[in-house]
Amino acid sequence: MARLLVTIGSIFLTLLGVSVVTFVILRLVPGDPISMMLPPGATDEVRANLERLYGLDRSIPAQYVIWLRNVAWLDFGMSTQFRLPVMEIILDRLPATLELVLLASLIALALAFAFSILAVWLQVDSATLATDGLAGLAQAIPDFLWALIFILAVTLFAPMMPISGRFDPRTAQDFATNFYLLESLVTFRFDAFAELMRYAVLPALALGLPLAAGITRVLKGALEEAMAQDYVMLAQTKGKSRLGIVLGEALRNAMIPTIALTSVQLTFLIGGTVLIERQFSWPGIGSTAISAVINRDLPLIQGIVLVFALIFILINLASNELYRAADPRLRTAR
Amino acid sequence: MKKLLGPLAGTALAANVAFADDSTLTIAYNVSLPSWDATVGVSAVNPTIQSIYKSVYDQYIDQNPDLSFRPGLLTEWGWNEDRSKVFMEVREGASWHNGDSVTPADVVWSLERAGKEETGNPIQFLWSTLGNFTVDGNRIEADVLRFDPTIFKWMAFLTAYVLPKDYYTEVGAEGFEKAPIGSGPYKVDEYVANSFVRLKRYDGYWGDAPEFETVIFKFLPDASARVAEVETGASDITLEIPYEEYDRLAAKDGLNGVTTPVSDIGMIFINDVGVMEDANVRKAAAHAINKNLIVDRLLRGYGVPIDTLQAPEYAAFTAETTVAYDPERSKELLAASGYSPDNPVKFKIQTTRGFKPKDYEMIQAVTGMWKRVGIEAEIEVYEIAKHFDLRARDALAPAAFYNWGNSIGDPSTSTGFSMFGPSPHSTWDTDDVDAMIGPLWGEDDEDARIAGYQKVDAYIAENAMVIPLLQFVQPIVYRDGLSVTPHVANFLLPQNVSRN
Repeated sequence: MARLLVTIGSIFLTLLGVSVVTFVILRLVPGDPISMMLPPGATDEVRANLERLYGLDRSIPAQYVIWLRNVAWLDFGMSTQFRLPVMEIILDRLPATLELVLLASLIALALAFAFSILAVWLQVDSATLATDGLAGLAQAIPDFLWALIFILAVTLFAPMMPISGRFDPRTAQDFATNFYLLESLVTFRFDAFAELMRYAVLPALALGLPLAAGITRVLKGALEEAMAQDYVMLAQTKGKSRLGIVLGEALRNAMIPTIALTSVQLTFLIGGTVLIERQFSWPGIGSTAISAVINRDLPLIQGIVLVFALIFILINLASNELYRAADPRLRTAR
Repeated sequence: MKKLLGPLAGTALAANVAFADDSTLTIAYNVSLPSWDATVGVSAVNPTIQSIYKSVYDQYIDQNPDLSFRPGLLTEWGWNEDRSKVFMEVREGASWHNGDSVTPADVVWSLERAGKEETGNPIQFLWSTLGNFTVDGNRIEADVLRFDPTIFKWMAFLTAYVLPKDYYTEVGAEGFEKAPIGSGPYKVDEYVANSFVRLKRYDGYWGDAPEFETVIFKFLPDASARVAEVETGASDITLEIPYEEYDRLAAKDGLNGVTTPVSDIGMIFINDVGVMEDANVRKAAAHAINKNLIVDRLLRGYGVPIDTLQAPEYAAFTAETTVAYDPERSKELLAASGYSPDNPVKFKIQTTRGFKPKDYEMIQAVTGMWKRVGIEAEIEVYEIAKHFDLRARDALAPAAFYNWGNSIGDPSTSTGFSMFGPSPHSTWDTDDVDAMIGPLWGEDDEDARIAGYQKVDAYIAENAMVIPLLQFVQPIVYRDGLSVTPHVANFLLPQNVSRN
């Protein structure tokens, strides 16, 4: 119970710190929303009126206190460019980002586990070389460049693959939630699921490839290290197959560093959605963040940063729990 | 494997068939639409999204593709003899997308709303020049509270859209954002922010019925994605792509291209600070730039060199005012102030990078030309928001590249606001120019007003108080079977696209 209270307290303190830093930085960097919306011919009076309307005529501390007071009632303000409540915008677009991140993570984990296990199981130079080479390539190319490569590849080789949006804009969608992929699965609408996947696979792949490379390197190293341990030799003398030992003995121990790395990389993955969503016109929180920054939509930037911070915190907490589950020594340690 | 790929292959085939759907026009568009209220906030003054607004809403007054004016929801307009009143005749037979008629009350409400400070219309200062509206049948009259000779031109410009009074009042601002209606040729069918908007032809539209039943604007800020969309046939038409790609795609089988000079000027703002207070330095900087070379080499010929802030399509354009490319004269001018290639004058020049075609490269070329005559300019890259902030605070560097749009082509909205000291958009603030522009704000003789601005432009060019570089050219690529009428105001209007 005490641990839970400490955890909740630390979450609030972290979010408070993030909100202060973001709020101050956003108001100190050059460029403000009022300058962006001043048309030719606007006078100083027009500027003053707009500053008053958007609450930017007060001091930074006063603006922060007002904002914080409203946030306490879950009112994150109105977006200056979308002219809708910030929280409504975030809740509307977060599912698209979460699904993209989830899919990218699944792709990354599937590729990483497949290549690592294959390389350690086969124990031949060519497999190791191929795995290391592919991992090196995938990691050396950043996600936004993968996106460009995929867009180019579609142009040349697969013109029927969509490169923009989350679904075919010519068709109306009748989902009850914004978790389209999950909802189509849960409701057994496999045709819709396949169509949605067609749109999601390229951005997810672009996002997931560098992560797959990182996990592969760590997992393969950890597996190789585990395979040199005494308990593996014992298993071998018992006549277990090599694949059985990799999966049954080594993999569990190799999971600990892999979980640590994956959780860190997952936060980068969420950050990566900002560019990938823009490139593929994916209507998530990442593309919203970049347009908010370009248009200096201060309330929306503030809200998105807080949500990102909360997600990062939750991922770290989840990875800690996974770490404890995977390593019995942590459960008993004080 | 076949089982796994089965559904994917099936949907791909289905999509292929749908691509042949001739009733839908899909546009790979370069910017996203954040808000549906075309009269308030950042979106309202963003020229690049006006094409979408103009598809859904009607303006008080419309513009032809050559920038000339034509009736919109107003069929007639004008002043009385002593310019103390305006009259406007509202079109009969226009209706909102919910079937209600467009009435003079909607027009009055839209103008009054735009003129109120609390509404947040960025051009409230202009709309508030009219007041005390009266309605008689379809005719509206209003008092001119402050005379502005450009008020009717502004009725075809930013924020000049008529919104439905009853519907907006009923659903409120948030409700309108979620379910907007207008009286334009298309109604909103589905909108996914940062992804696309799907429009359906409005059968009750008062004007000519547009050719396509469905129009989809896909929001694709990434130029390579737009190129891929049109090249793969996923979109029918796109715009704002690199000129190299335009040349490649336009020459490709199945695709066509059209380019047109648009109301967008690339210019170097000069700030009257430091070395720029020396007329010799400014003039030397202006004469040292070979604009033709920049257009030919960097922009592959897609640009129109200009010497004033008036493009050829603008009301105050005159070919008589020119600034010659003369590097020898630049050297003489600089020598008169004690500078030479060995002892160069130094200042900073700011520029965007990637905001306009080859913007950074253009400024690199300019600084290279300057270096040869004795000007050493340090380049600083800034983003759009910083430019606006610095410009509003009159804190731009001595030289700063940016663009200036002016889709109504009036000199007050180019030379006027960019060079008149009290304007927050002016970087050059001197009494001589202010004294020339000042009286023109209230000049009610249109010919005299235009002639006045031509004099101002000649004076500014003579003294190099700003360095206009070129008029940008809009490249549009579209598939075979379409016919596209480009718009000098930089619009890509679906109602101007038809089948061959």
